[in-house]
Order: sequence, then structure tokens, then C-alpha cells
Amino acid sequence: MATKHAILVGVGGQGAILTAKVLVGGLMKAGYDVKMSEVHGMSQRGGSVSTQVHWGEKVYSPIIGKGAADILVAFEKMEAVRYADFLKPDGVAVINDFAQDSATTAAGLAEYPEGCLEAMEGAFRCYTLNAAKIAGELGNSKCMNIVLFGAMTHALGMDEIDWEAVIRETVPPKFLELNLKAYRAGRAAAEK
Amino acid sequence: MDKHLLSGNEAIARGAYEAGVRVCSAYPGTPSTEIFENLPQYKDALYCEWAPNEKVAVEVAYGAAIGGARSLCAMKHVGLNVAADPLFTAAYNGVNRGFVIVTADDPSMHSSQNEQDNRYYARSAKVALIEPSDSQECIDFMKEAYRISERFDMPVLFRTTTNISHSKSLCTFSEREEAEPFVYERNQRKFNCAPANAYRNHPKVEANLKALEEYGETCPINKVEYRGGKIGVITASISYQIAKDVFPEDTSFLKLGLTYPLPMGLIREFASKVETLYVIEELEGFMEDQIKAAGIPCIGKEKVSRLYELNPERLREMLFGVKPQVKALPVKAVPRPPVLCPGCPHRGFFYTMSKGKNFVIGGDIGCYTLGGAAPLGAMDTCVCMGGGFSVAMGLSKAFAATGQQKKVFGVVGDSTFFHSGMTGAAEILYNKGAVIPVVLDNHITGMTGHQDNPGSGYTLQGEIAAAIKIEDVLHAFGYENVIIVDPQDLTAMQKAVDDALASEVPAAIICRRPCLLIKRIPHDIGLCEVDREKCIGCKKCLKVGCPAVMIRDGKSSIDPGQCVGCTVCAQVCPVGAITRKESK
Repeated sequence: MATKHAILVGVGGQGAILTAKVLVGGLMKAGYDVKMSEVHGMSQRGGSVSTQVHWGEKVYSPIIGKGAADILVAFEKMEAVRYADFLKPDGVAVINDFAQDSATTAAGLAEYPEGCLEAMEGAFRCYTLNAAKIAGELGNSKCMNIVLFGAMTHALGMDEIDWEAVIRETVPPKFLELNLKAYRAGRAAAEK
Repeated sequence: MDKHLLSGNEAIARGAYEAGVRVCSAYPGTPSTEIFENLPQYKDALYCEWAPNEKVAVEVAYGAAIGGARSLCAMKHVGLNVAADPLFTAAYNGVNRGFVIVTADDPSMHSSQNEQDNRYYARSAKVALIEPSDSQECIDFMKEAYRISERFDMPVLFRTTTNISHSKSLCTFSEREEAEPFVYERNQRKFNCAPANAYRNHPKVEANLKALEEYGETCPINKVEYRGGKIGVITASISYQIAKDVFPEDTSFLKLGLTYPLPMGLIREFASKVETLYVIEELEGFMEDQIKAAGIPCIGKEKVSRLYELNPERLREMLFGVKPQVKALPVKAVPRPPVLCPGCPHRGFFYTMSKGKNFVIGGDIGCYTLGGAAPLGAMDTCVCMGGGFSVAMGLSKAFAATGQQKKVFGVVGDSTFFHSGMTGAAEILYNKGAVIPVVLDNHITGMTGHQDNPGSGYTLQGEIAAAIKIEDVLHAFGYENVIIVDPQDLTAMQKAVDDALASEVPAAIICRRPCLLIKRIPHDIGLCEVDREKCIGCKKCLKVGCPAVMIRDGKSSIDPGQCVGCTVCAQVCPVGAITRKESK
């Protein structure tokens, strides 16, 4: 098979890197060669973050450039727009319908752009869900990343991988029930 | 065998452990930091430490290699500029046990001030250069690096780039190998670089390099993958992985792990077997220039940019003119730059500086570099670690010489003060500078992700250590008026600045408040709220540059998810519309 490429993007602290680790766990179990790259220079300070995951029989480059990703998972909708040019023209996007001000928009130095979701939906096959709201309804906004992960696994269509088993192995027992619910809710939202 | 997903940095730590390394010293710097953060797990087998700076780290590790222990040192690319002095002479003296220096370069400058290519250091210092291309090679090549260091009696430079250090790939582990024991005896002829010894050592360096070059012709980390005679690619490091994705399947590769000295015989033979030869490397044409100088025609920097990181899509476009297919969107994202965190102790200092008239501020490298960004914008220069004090000194001398009325401040952090700020503090006092040195003491090395330093009270191995007091150092130098202030109290902060400027004796300021992200210190977390009735929408609170403070429907609004209740915004509100709830 040709190597597949995923890019997970968001804002520092949203859990994009952790989600990528769960994804990688499943891909490793399925026997793929896997590489993952983290761009996290100054990202802890509220900047934009991106993580790439690549899998196949043999993966060479741990990074891709523009127009190469099969799937984009955006934890924040303006970040989806920022990284949209990494997607192949026939690529799939999973987008959290959630806006977080940047330092520039909060300070009134720039306007948060209108129409991020519509622009993405006009250009790509998109799965859009309000993962923040779903996580809130489950009682803990921190599981937003696993809600998105659930939607992502549906978009990937790799049903041969037992993702729930991967979550069981990755998440601390205390948070297991919550994360399993989050995963299922995210998957259900994407299936709609 | 069990597969482990490791970053290059984690793999280097593992490789050092497996290679039988005993002593490790480093100063943190992105993208190298995680190498040493991953060493304490092996502390039963090795000693590891954070040194005050990279020069000290190289000297400590080198001393250990003389003393009979395999040793490791690591730093970011610009760190090697600081440590260049001992490197060049260690190359003349040689080693008793293996000595490896990791330089982690940062093409594209994800968190650096330049994208210098440190491969030139190996050529200039006349030491071996080893470059891994994935995490498994980070482990395997570390072991080869120690063998080369001992066999050819030289330090080895082990170079990664961000995409080697921070990318994860699958690895298998081996058992730790213990190095042959070494019994130390004084050997001044070898290790005392007095001119007469250095004179004798230089020809030895040349002979060792020559022998290493011959070894490179057959060494196990230089490999030919022959797939056909049409196209050949000579490459190394991350460029190998990228080129494998870009060139057709029938392309032959000469993949080098030992990249200085180059195995010119092997290269010549490979070149003779292919019709078209490419040399693919990120940043400079380090290999290409040497290959062309040897009279071997090849294609390289005519096509491949010297700027920024490569990736398969960039390389394909540069080599073959294939543009990536990208869909244009009708919407554009606005910048999301990194900012000082909510509750960051640096905010109060930089806000106070932003109000000053005719203030000139020499800045430095750390989280506080973000004090230069809008809306605070309170920094004039940022050059290098420790440059905050000394560049400010030069500015003040220029202003005096040219009759410009300015008030000059030099700013460094606590870790930077111990790194190389102390010498600048001595310079200001000794040469009567009109500069107020300011140390932003948040008790940690912040930007690189919280490493301990000589002022923090802990070591890398988690032991309690003597915390050196910055005020004691400044007092000892002769700063008679050291003002210690909580920068989050804006009134006190302003008074500290006014008092320092008015001081008749040499004055310095220490802004002291721990970083809120330090887990071992209890923090007083609260929450600020806006009374929308009182708020007049003047936007003064936006001037503190806090990501938790924003304008909603014309009035101030505070994001409860981000706010920690530091009250800096409340202190600048002219109508008292922002108040703090005691606990979150």
C-alpha cells in the first residue's frame, strides 16, 4: 500500500499530540511501519501546533509538505483553514466546530475570520462536529480530543483496528469509562 | 523483538545508555532538550546533569572522557558556538574514553535565532561527524560514535536536525555494553595544550583524520543501495528519508552515516556507476562542495534550496518542477503567535517597561523574548544567550558617545544569568555602564520546558541542590542596590524601576516570582471577572497582552478557562471593573 498521511492540528494544550499517540498505538498494533513528527517549538505558549502521523509497509519521510495529507484533523476551526493546504485535493477533514481566539484576535489586532467551516466544506469532504459541546455533555470538557479521535477513526474507515482496545491500553483506568464514551460519541457524530 | 516508538532524542539517550556511557552533561535547548530529560531513567548506570552553559557542559564531559568514562554532551546548534573553544582543543588532545557531542540543528528555525549548519564545525575542528536518519540509527550510530571516538582518538560530533530529534519511529533495544575499564594516569603531553604539546599534536590530528577517512570507505554506517545505473543520490540524515520518497524506485543511493571526513573513494566509485549524480542535503552544500572540489560532477544546490527544512513535496518541486496540488480557500487564518501564558510573571515587568519614556531594552533568549511581541512590544534587541546585559552595555556606550538621552535596561532570565549573564553584569559594573541589569527570576529554565538550573534548588537527577542566590552574586560583584520585586505588583514594579533609575550607587533589579507551570510549587490560582456595568470599554486591559482577556460586544471579557487570577489586567483598569474571586 502507499503510505498514508494524517495531520492533526490545533492550539497548544488541546491534546492533538496525545490523540496522535492513540492513533499511532492502533497503527502499531495493526503491524504498520509508523512515523510521527511533532512541531512543538514554542507551541506551549498558546501558539498553533501540528502533529503528523504516517503509516504503511515502509515509511521514509517523517514529514510531509503541502497537498500530501490524506486526512486533516483540526481541533480548532481556524487551524483547519491554516493547514488546509496540507490536504490532498481529495483529502478528508475532521473539524471541531470550536473557535479559540488567538492573541492577535483577543487583543483586537485582527478579526477572527468568518466562514471557516463553510470554506472547508466547500473544498473538501468534511466531518464537522462540536466536540467541545459533546465532551461537555459527557461531563468533562477535557475528553474533547477523544471525541474528535472517535470521529477520525470513522473518517479513516480502518475498521479492522480495535480502537477501543487501544484506548483501554492508553488511558489511565480512572478516565477509561469517560474516554470510551467520548470515543463512541465522536464516532456516532461522524456517522450522522 | 519488541518495537518501541521513540523520538530521535529518546533514542539518543537509549543509545548512550546501550553504549556504556557513564558521565553526561548538557545545557537545554530546543530541539536537543529531551535527550537529557530521558537520561535520569538510567541513573543507576550513569551520571547526568544540567550544566550552567554549553561550554561548561563540553568541558565536564571532556574531562570525564580524559578521566576514563565514556561521556555525552548535547546542545542546540547555537549552543555549540558557546562551546566551540573546548571542542577545537579537545580535537587536538584526543580522548581516553569515547566522547560524543550531540548538536541538534534547527532548520526552519522553529525555535531558534538562525539556521546555522553545524556540519561545518566538524570540518573546522577536525573531528568525526555522524548523522543518523531515524531513531533506530540514533541508537545504533551512538554506539558506532563511541567506537570511532576511541579508535581514532577524537571527539565525535553527532548531528541531528529538528525532524530527526522530534520525529518518532520504531526501534528495537539491545543490552548495555560496558566499555573496557581505564585506569587514569597523568599524561600532560596529551592533555595539556601548552604550545609545545599543541605543536606536536596537530600532525597527529591530521593522521587520525586520514585514518578515519580510510575507515569511512568501508565502515558499516556508510551504505550503497544499488538499484540501477540511471540516477544516483548521495545523501544523509533526514534528507535520505525525504529523497527516498521523491526519487523513482530504480534510483541508487549512497547513504552516508559518517559525513566527515567524506569517503571520497566510495563516492567516486558510486559516481562512476550512475549516469546522473545528485547530492541531496538540507541547508548548505556541505557534502556537495567537497564532492565538486574532488572533481566529481553532481547536481545539488543549483536545484535544492539552502533555505529551511526540506520535505518530499518541496524537494519534488525543486528537482522536477512538480507543484503540489492545493485547494485555495476563500478564508485566511490570522496569525496565532506564541504569547506569555496567562499569569506569567514576566507580564508585569514588560507592561511596566512598555509605559517608560525613552527606555531601551536589551533582551535575551527565553520565554521573556515574547515580551517583545505586541501589544507589550518592550524589547529592542535579542541576539544570543547572555547578550541581554552586554548588548545593552554597548547601546548605552553608543548613546553616551552620540549624545542621545536614553534609559537603558538589560534583561536576562535566571537560567540565562547563570549561563552567561553574570559576565555581562560584571562588564556593566567594571566599565561603569549606564545600564540597569534586570534578572527575571521565575525559578526555572522555562522556554525549553522546565529544566533545573543553579538557582532552582534541584538537579537533573532529582536531588536537592544548593540554590545559588542571584542577589548574592550581584552584591558580591558590587551592585550595592539590588532591588527585589514581585513583578505582578505593578505599583511595586514601577517603584523598583524608578528607584533603580534614581539610584546613586550601582543598582540592579530582580523580578522574582516562580513560573506558574512549576508543579512542585503551590500556586495561588484565582479567577478575575469583569463587571460589565462598570466596564467603559477603554481596552486598557488589552495592553497587558494576556490571552485570557478579550473584547466581547465592546466590553472587556475574561475567559475563565484560561484566567488564573494574576490581576495584572485588574491593576490597569481605570474604573475598577475587574476583580478577583479568591479561588477558582
